[in-house]
Amino acid sequence: MPLLEARRLRRSFGGLVAVNDVNLSIEPGSIKGLIGPNGAGKTTLFNLISGLLQPDSGEVYFQGRNITGWPPFRIARLGIARTFQNPSLFPRLNVLENVMVGCHAHTRHEFAACALRLPSMRREERAIRQQALEQLQWLGLESWALRPASALAFGQRRMVELARALAARPSLLLLDEPASGLTPAEKMVLADLIKKIRERGITVLLVEHDIPLVMNLADDLLVLHFGAPIAEGPPAIIRRDPKVVGVYLGQEADHAAAS
Amino acid sequence: MDADHLALQYLLSGITKGSIYAVVAIGFNLIYSATGVLNFAQGEFVMLGGMVAVTLAAFVPLPVAVTGAVLLVTIVGCALELVFFRRLRRHSVLHLVIITIGLSIVIQEAALHIWDEKVRSLPYFTGNEASSIQLAGASISPQVLWVLGTVGLAVLALHLFLRRTLTGQAMRACSAQPEAAMLAGINLNNMRTLAFGLSAGLGALAGCVISPITMTHYEMGAPLAIKGFAAAILGGLGNPTAALVGGLLVGILEAASVSVLPAAYNDVTAFAVLLAVLFIRPHGLWGKPAGESVREH
Amino acid sequence: MHVLKKIAPYLGLMAGLVLLQLVLRLAGKDFWLTQLTMSLYYTIVVLGLCLLMGFAGQVSLGHGAFFAMGGYTAAWFTTHNFSSAGNSSWVAILRNVGALQERTDLYGNPILTGQPWAGCLMALGLTLVVALLIGYPALRLRGHYLAMATLGFGLIISKIIVGSSSLGAADGLTNVPPWSLPFGLTLGGRAALRIQNYYLAAGLLVLTLLLLRNWVHSRVGRALQAIHDRETAANAAGIDTARYKLKTFVASALLAALAGVCFTHYAGGIAPSEAGALKSVRYVALAAAGGLSSLWGVTTISTTLNFCSLRGWFGSLDHAVFGGVLILIVSLAPEGPLRPLGQWLLRLKSRFSHGKEGADATA
Repeated sequence: MPLLEARRLRRSFGGLVAVNDVNLSIEPGSIKGLIGPNGAGKTTLFNLISGLLQPDSGEVYFQGRNITGWPPFRIARLGIARTFQNPSLFPRLNVLENVMVGCHAHTRHEFAACALRLPSMRREERAIRQQALEQLQWLGLESWALRPASALAFGQRRMVELARALAARPSLLLLDEPASGLTPAEKMVLADLIKKIRERGITVLLVEHDIPLVMNLADDLLVLHFGAPIAEGPPAIIRRDPKVVGVYLGQEADHAAAS
Repeated sequence: MDADHLALQYLLSGITKGSIYAVVAIGFNLIYSATGVLNFAQGEFVMLGGMVAVTLAAFVPLPVAVTGAVLLVTIVGCALELVFFRRLRRHSVLHLVIITIGLSIVIQEAALHIWDEKVRSLPYFTGNEASSIQLAGASISPQVLWVLGTVGLAVLALHLFLRRTLTGQAMRACSAQPEAAMLAGINLNNMRTLAFGLSAGLGALAGCVISPITMTHYEMGAPLAIKGFAAAILGGLGNPTAALVGGLLVGILEAASVSVLPAAYNDVTAFAVLLAVLFIRPHGLWGKPAGESVREH
Repeated sequence: MHVLKKIAPYLGLMAGLVLLQLVLRLAGKDFWLTQLTMSLYYTIVVLGLCLLMGFAGQVSLGHGAFFAMGGYTAAWFTTHNFSSAGNSSWVAILRNVGALQERTDLYGNPILTGQPWAGCLMALGLTLVVALLIGYPALRLRGHYLAMATLGFGLIISKIIVGSSSLGAADGLTNVPPWSLPFGLTLGGRAALRIQNYYLAAGLLVLTLLLLRNWVHSRVGRALQAIHDRETAANAAGIDTARYKLKTFVASALLAALAGVCFTHYAGGIAPSEAGALKSVRYVALAAAGGLSSLWGVTTISTTLNFCSLRGWFGSLDHAVFGGVLILIVSLAPEGPLRPLGQWLLRLKSRFSHGKEGADATA
């Protein structure tokens, strides 16, 4: 059974149809890539799946459950974590605290318990701290733990945001253009990391503009154009699909085919 | 007086008060459109207009006093923009609104010190407090006609200014598309100062013309600001015509509530309208839900 | 050792409060304790507002209304003569629960009024309901609209109070009896109880600080700061932002109401001005001036400024001072004056050390 399934998702803004009858299916333990030219509706689809936007029609199923129209925090608690195109760390918290927020989805002590500092709350607090530290260590960032999040460079913020998403212990990780703004060296590190994430048993859905990167990483790809799906399949097939090539390369495709 | 006459009396009283709320609401709109700020000190302009005019009226004829008051308060409005808002551009809207609230308190207290806590009023423009005119069976003071006439003319003049003159159109351009306006060579800063000045002047005029009926005292600014804001948001922020209608509606609702609520709770009507609009339909009766979002999600 | 380090600031605060009282006793200014006690209660309101504004990032210009709700409920319940209600079932229930007491009024007549503890419970219950009713729709609004909504709410409460003769209309309620607490303590305004009440207020303040501190340094505190910083990302991380904002709003309202109850029993009465917009704006000004998220800064500044105001040292400029403070702080140092002050001091320091290096280099 697919881990995530989106059926006939549709979403318009005013007169513009951003996502037009899109079906998406992600097998557990795989890396799925979502590509398409700018304005193809990738981020909108992302936001529909993660609950930041409501679809006009269509459904989203996660582990067989209908999560259509659920608010983002409920979806997060089910085990879907995401990153943002612009890494959105919380500037007033330090790096470790930022990652600790990631644990919110699977912890439970609320106002009353925290007010009284019950023993169970303190145990949970220690566990949260431990888990957050482990995520930072896994990414090699533990030396940054106490730095204020606002003091980090762009690439570093990306990594911390990733640590925060991983701290949520997700079954599905949604990465929104994780490679944008990174140097080629950083991109290689990222690709490696995403593979390691898959080895941890986490399924990944990846929106990306960097085609070579995605072709290398993904097990399966969905190509969108003007909000509609135009191709789906493993990279080897997609790479040769004339529709995809045409959409991305336009005129050049004709030259390439002719030569 | 039978029920019909009573109803008419309430209606007229509501429209009178409502036209003042409308002026405050239009002032809110002007500044909001030009700067994005909700200027809570709007009510103080009305108060200052009345106060300054009363002081001047001791030395010069009434028309001169009113004109002088309007001019002076306009200058105050421009000065506020120059001193505060021009420097504080990088602040969030919330901060700016809070600053206007602080300003309204300071202005109110300054008024208390310059004048005092006594209630004052301008003399009736024509006649006196005993004169009345018969209108469709209800008797009203001639000052009511002054209020409606003045506010009506002022709103019409503003409308013509915004639509027919170059400066007015430039102002509208600034609020609709600030970047494009800048590229077209329009000086946004001056437009903003103008917006503040116009709002202040309009408010002062309203303050003068309503003074014989409702009196002027140093504390009248804040409730006016809230009711004016309720009116502005009832119509839908950004729409001057809607602000006018909103003001009249709030005035009429308030007057009608006198028959239902004890007199002491009369003010609550307008505040309740404010809350109702914010909670139920924040973009107002004529505003568009999309665009500037009032709600978080 | 680690625990001691955490507790140290609170011990310091308590020591400071004790020291303050002793100094006043020595200086013969014992009576200053009265205004100081009231300032401490006001500071509790401001601290609650800090949680809401500084941590959850939501503004409220209506917290005076919650203070007044607490105070007026307590005042009304403990001064209303229930014997005139005859055999009403409500009165019977209250009597059975022990919530009523028989005492004599000023003129020596026997009256049946409510017990302060029951009044306190009623006050908190009412505030809880109202805060939920108002908070639920209001907190969905964006910053400046939320400000206006809370302002409007505060004004409605203020008008209702001023317009109700049963609540004393423009004069407020007086002759509120003291509250007899366990361990022989009494929360009341008699001169003989002055020192005791100072410590009662101080104790409540320290408890409030501990409560807020527990929240701030916990999962709840992190969630609130996340909501303040990036609400969308906080939501995506699993935080029910609407619920958290509402709970914070209610918590700060309850703190204000509790302060109102205690204040009213101490002062022996309450006036409608407590619910007014001027008071509410004052609380915001103090929270901002103390540095919204700095609990210690807020405690110091709020207590100091409130004390000066209550002693009348601002004279007729009382309201203008707080209005001015608000304008200055928000325009110059929105996050509170302490950080810019600290940065300015650092710059001064570096200027001095660079000067020295320059001199050494040329030597």
